[in-house]
Amino acid sequence: MTTATMTAERTPAKLVSPAKLVKDSFAMAWRGVLKIRKNPEQLSDVTLMPILFLVMFGYIFGGAVQGSTEEYLQVFVPGLVVMITIMASMSAGISLNTDVSKGVFDRFRAMPIARSAPLVGAVVADFVRYVVGIGVLLGFAAILGFRITTDPLSTLAAVAIAIAFGLAFCWIAMFIGILVKSPGALAGIMMAIVMPFTFGSNVFVPTETMPDWLAAWSEISPVSLLADVMRGLLVDGGDITGPLLGSLAWMGALLAVFFPLTIRTYLRRLG
Amino acid sequence: MYAIETKGLTKVFGQHRAVDGVDLAIPAGGVYSVLGPNGAGKTTTIRMLATLLPVDGGQATVLGHDVARESGKVRERISLTGQYASLDEDLTGVENLVLIARLLGHSRSSAQRRATQLLGAFGLSEAGGRQVKTYSGGMRRRIDIATSIVNTPDLLFLDEPTTGLDPRSRNQVWDIVRALVSAGTTVLLTTQYLEEADQLADRIAVIDKGKVIAEGTPTELKTSVGSGVLQVRLRDPERRGAAAQLLGAALGAHVQLDTDPAALSVQVEDNDVVPRALAELTYSGISIADFALGQPSLDEVFLSLTGNASQPAA
Repeated sequence: MTTATMTAERTPAKLVSPAKLVKDSFAMAWRGVLKIRKNPEQLSDVTLMPILFLVMFGYIFGGAVQGSTEEYLQVFVPGLVVMITIMASMSAGISLNTDVSKGVFDRFRAMPIARSAPLVGAVVADFVRYVVGIGVLLGFAAILGFRITTDPLSTLAAVAIAIAFGLAFCWIAMFIGILVKSPGALAGIMMAIVMPFTFGSNVFVPTETMPDWLAAWSEISPVSLLADVMRGLLVDGGDITGPLLGSLAWMGALLAVFFPLTIRTYLRRLG
Repeated sequence: MYAIETKGLTKVFGQHRAVDGVDLAIPAGGVYSVLGPNGAGKTTTIRMLATLLPVDGGQATVLGHDVARESGKVRERISLTGQYASLDEDLTGVENLVLIARLLGHSRSSAQRRATQLLGAFGLSEAGGRQVKTYSGGMRRRIDIATSIVNTPDLLFLDEPTTGLDPRSRNQVWDIVRALVSAGTTVLLTTQYLEEADQLADRIAVIDKGKVIAEGTPTELKTSVGSGVLQVRLRDPERRGAAAQLLGAALGAHVQLDTDPAALSVQVEDNDVVPRALAELTYSGISIADFALGQPSLDEVFLSLTGNASQPAA
């Protein structure tokens, strides 16, 4: 070992600025993407789930709800885009929880980097998961007979909005991921959150047959609003201004509450 | 100027005072060792100094910067190798190093170059392309320390760097520490192994139950507990109680009962009285299997400082 190795390097000290946050977050996101590449089985939830849901619900509910599977798919698949996005967003909390309990973050926290970069980076890396999930879903749905009846631009917009929603919604999972002690506990809590959001919506069935209180929730649920946006952008081409504004409001609110809450808890809880 | 200076440093977890008024003055350059048993507060102290834990009481200055008010400035000049390898096990050795280098502002090519250089220096060139989860304990430690010096820090915290390592890996880590120090880095190292502190440290603080109970060079610490230690093994363990009384009276010192039921040891102020004390055992019909008189090891220093209340700290 030479002394030169020990003294050679030193990059100039930099202040933590917004540009640094972006740069550090991308370095951390690179880590996340590498991890997905090394463990492709991490993608099982976004590859198997869409297929499972399409087959199960498409054929079980299809006839009962819409008369036929083909007709049901046209209503169900856009909503399923939202549901898959939500389920994909849950894994962010699990990997964060693992990182925290293994002490991987200790090093990052003692380094002169933007303090939220490890979290932001992990979320950005999840972009890959959403793209894969939605891709598998739309691809397999096409095989079953689902048809996008609008234009490619609208389709792209739909995918972008769904991913944006995932990136906002996942901060709930991130927050809980920091709070709980084990990934096991996390899974239970996540289910309790995801179920009311996804099933208490118009994704699977129309809200008309629900009791008033549930229908009321379902009307304002971000999942229903987004499902309407998806239907507009993918299938019927109708006016989506109302649901879109509602969805954006939800995203803003989720980010405004859970992003700072998570960062603060992260810096504290580890401290 | 001191590399680290603390006054009344305190950390409280609930009712437990994990660090309870620690005063340290650690000179720049060389190795300073914080020595203590499990749960003594070593890791908590280091985590506060490395800005990972907020300070509950007192103050700490690291490289001239207050850890609470100027944590950013501290972080730019320190590095920490925690007790548990803080690496991403899914990534390869190279990728771990490149990630850290990128975060520290290296360009892509410069990060690659530095990673290759460090892997070579730490004898990990061949393993560089493998996932860290396939590494042995010693390799993990080395890559962990390599990661800590991607940007050579002015001050490196090493939290129990050799715990759980085999002797060969331990020696490799020691060599790395010596090389770092000769290049000008100050190393603060915690350990539960006295031999390690003895081998590496210029100065040692012994810490127990959150308090510093002794501080000095290894030699100072050894002489502080007496000029030597007399160890005696009896033929008949039954007589140990009587032997302890006799020796205690003859040497005017506290007798330590060892785990071996036939053995005792005594710290001796004056070696000249030892032959007479041993003779008294023989007169009383207590026969000696063997005995030894030697300089105290740091182990004995440690035990006498932490192990029994009747021997106050030096």
